[in-house]
Amino acid sequence: MTAHLKRWWPLALLLVLIAAPYSALPLPGLLDGPLGSPGSLQLIALCLLYGGLATGYDLLLGRTGLLSFGHALYFATGLYATDLAMLELDLDLLPAALFGTACSVALALALGAVSLRVTGIGFSMVTLAFAQAGAILVQRNPGGYTGGEEGRSAPAPHLPDALVGIQNTANLYWIALAYLVLTLAVVHWTTASPTGRVWAGIRENERRVEVLGLRPYGFKLLAFTVSGALAGAGGVVYLLLTGGATPQAASSDATLALLVMVVLGGSGTRWGPLLGGVLYTWAAHRLGDLANSAAVADLPAALRVPLSQPLFLLGTLFVAVVYLLPGGLAKLPARLRTGRTPTAAAPAAALPEGAA
Amino acid sequence: MSLLTVRDLRVVIDGLHILHGVELDVAATGVTALLGRNGAGKTTTVRAVMGLVPRTGTVTFDGADITGLPTHQVVRRGIGYAPEDRGVFAQLSVAENLRLAERDPDPAYDLVFELFPELKQRHRQAAGTLSGGQQQMVAIARTLLNGNRLVIADEPTKGLAPKIVTEVADVLARAAESVPVLLVEQNLALVRRIAGRCAVLADGRTAHQGDARALLADEDAARRLLGVGSHQPETTAPEGSSR
Amino acid sequence: MSTVVLLACTGLGLGALYFLVASGLSLIFGLMDVLNFAHGALLSVGAYAAWWAATDGGTGFWLAVVFGTVVGTAASVLLELALIRPLYVRPRDQILATVGVGLALPALLMGVWGSDARPFPQPAALSGTVGLLGATVPVNRFVLMAAALAVLVALRLFLARTRYGLIVRAGVEDRAMVTALGIDVRRAFTLVFAIGGAAASLGGALAGLYFGSVNPSQGTGLLIFAFVVVVMGGMGSVTGAAVASVGVGLVQQFANYYTAAGLGDLSVVVLLAVLLLVKPRGLTGRLA
Ligand SMILES: Nc1ncnc2c1ncn2[C@@H]1O[C@H](COP(=O)(O)OP(=O)(O)OP(=O)(O)O)[C@@H](O)[C@H]1O
Ligand SMILES: [Mg+2]
Repeated sequence: MTAHLKRWWPLALLLVLIAAPYSALPLPGLLDGPLGSPGSLQLIALCLLYGGLATGYDLLLGRTGLLSFGHALYFATGLYATDLAMLELDLDLLPAALFGTACSVALALALGAVSLRVTGIGFSMVTLAFAQAGAILVQRNPGGYTGGEEGRSAPAPHLPDALVGIQNTANLYWIALAYLVLTLAVVHWTTASPTGRVWAGIRENERRVEVLGLRPYGFKLLAFTVSGALAGAGGVVYLLLTGGATPQAASSDATLALLVMVVLGGSGTRWGPLLGGVLYTWAAHRLGDLANSAAVADLPAALRVPLSQPLFLLGTLFVAVVYLLPGGLAKLPARLRTGRTPTAAAPAAALPEGAA
Repeated sequence: MSLLTVRDLRVVIDGLHILHGVELDVAATGVTALLGRNGAGKTTTVRAVMGLVPRTGTVTFDGADITGLPTHQVVRRGIGYAPEDRGVFAQLSVAENLRLAERDPDPAYDLVFELFPELKQRHRQAAGTLSGGQQQMVAIARTLLNGNRLVIADEPTKGLAPKIVTEVADVLARAAESVPVLLVEQNLALVRRIAGRCAVLADGRTAHQGDARALLADEDAARRLLGVGSHQPETTAPEGSSR
Repeated sequence: MSTVVLLACTGLGLGALYFLVASGLSLIFGLMDVLNFAHGALLSVGAYAAWWAATDGGTGFWLAVVFGTVVGTAASVLLELALIRPLYVRPRDQILATVGVGLALPALLMGVWGSDARPFPQPAALSGTVGLLGATVPVNRFVLMAAALAVLVALRLFLARTRYGLIVRAGVEDRAMVTALGIDVRRAFTLVFAIGGAAASLGGALAGLYFGSVNPSQGTGLLIFAFVVVVMGGMGSVTGAAVASVGVGLVQQFANYYTAAGLGDLSVVVLLAVLLLVKPRGLTGRLA
């Protein structure tokens, strides 16, 4: 009975999610309107999108052990390239989306090939530098293409009617859901493949992979590119959901947000990044509402001020998770079951330099 | 009663099991040799004793359990350590390398400079520009500067010219008169000359403990444990291989 | 000519600011392998503390700078003791923890004082300009340069003359070996965090003077350029950081002025990537 439940709950959940737009179930506290209302669907769709983005990012962080600080670049590339393909090249949505994702893949391949020549924190910094260059470019509005601070909205005429207007939010919601399922499938499938086992080997001990006669570089580049492709596709979905491209998508904060999601949910686990992405996105929105609510405005300053800052709460939460909950939320049940013996901690006397 | 006892020492690094239960007794006097083929786990054993790698098992020093102690406290119990790669700070001068090692209020510079007059002449030279042998002198000098109760030297003669090997051996033999030494060594001639007891590791385990000369005299055992015949001593000395 | 002088002075002032952030960052990374993403936030803490002291606190400018530096130093030490130290055996989590703090601290400042820039009170003596080779250069540029120079000299003396300086220099080369000489290197960790926090928050207090205002994201915005400086100068090298700061500040100012706006920033960031790629060893500690 429970075994069945264990096995089939993802499918059951998926069915529930597919059916959600037809429901008028009120979820007070969780959502403002009933489940099927456009506002709720929009929020859930964003949650699902970020769940997918975090899952794709974890292909690098949790599956291959690569700490990239530049993931937002590939997300923003998909976003902007798709938007610009419609605006400037006059393409329809589908070819534009393909073009946008292809741009992400190409960029990830090119920059990954370069960044992966350095390892460790050097890799993190190179990816950060490239992403920052991208962010600056987008901000500076070269040739008037990116629209600078304002960004560019998606051109309604190029979008299918079924994706335009508040009455069609459900369609966008399903697209986000489809994106999430696709990401989960890709990540699940690749990590279970022989390549995925090499990734796991690289994460554990790169030297050992080399000893086996394999070149980690190619495998890491593959992970980087797949992850970049997923991010680019996520950018397309984001464009549809929010109706435009804005420079925040390219900022380093966007990458950090993904990092927080993954670590919060549980890096390297199957459902952790999804959980983290959903929770983070939901919390960021709800905390934003909370910040402006009357209930908070009446609190004494010592409580009101931190509560009014979603980033403060999320940053603090992140530190707390890193510190108190290694492995993230996904590992929480297992930790509770085994009691408070942290399995991750090596013998207490071990010093980090020893491992070096 | 041995000064340092190691029981069931296990080390796992990055998921690799490197030591699977090492047993070691270091005598309270003289030189105890730690032997074994390349990759047997000698260096890892010593690093584990020093607390430089995560480990389980028990390490007892002079009756006290030091297994859980961080490295600097292990050292402060009176253990001087000259690591395999010598561990000198290349950017620092010889004098600074020595000064960093000072723990006693009255460091034994007289002794050090008597043993290694060269270090006195070169005390302002950057340690990275010293020859391999001179660097090894710095490493050993650092262990002799303080009144240690045990000195651990990991292959102090590795890559040194035969003449320098002899010099280092002399210094170790002299040091061993006043402080017990745990010596990791591949040079069996040197072991035969200065070591009393020995332990032999193989594949991360202790394969043998006993009298060093007795082991080296027993050709079969030596070949089985160390992969060498014991009667070809000088050829096992690294012939001044460049370093 | 006068434009060039003005640009040079502005670039040097900016470089001085970078140095104040980067010197500590470099020491911390060199010694502990922790890339401190909260370092920019420490600058902001210093800036806001100084601003608060100078406005609400009603102290004079210099006292406010001292106050800002003290508060920033304390915050930095607290960060090391409370968050970095317990994560000792999990190096990657140390970095992640600083990322979290780097997000939370500016947000807290924003919560308390709002997201808008707050004008920083300029003392009369420092708000003027001086004529230099035909250019009219704001005095605050020279204040920053002097402060950076003082910090450079103090750091060099500390590293060369004190026992802890010796420990830091040795630790940058081989931390494990320092502990194997019986030295509790963790004290040096706290110390470099204190030094780094002090320099960064001093930079923050003076940044208020340089930019004329403080805002919560100032520090984080400077951080990426400080990374460039650190990598360029060589991790753990204070002198290297000084040279690199000057270079980066000047390149940025001149490129921004003479080519398209923003190109200077862009070129500096790309420079970081290029440097790391051609010189991956740039990340290994070298104290000069
Ligand atoms: N940090 C590490 N990561 C992975 N493997 C390691 C690590 N340290 C040691 N090993 C492995 O553990 C084994 C034992 O190494 P160790 O250095 O202790 O051998 P040794 O007996 O000192 O050899 P040698 O005589 O060559 O110095 C070797 O196979 C080595 O490759
Ligand atoms: Mg060895």
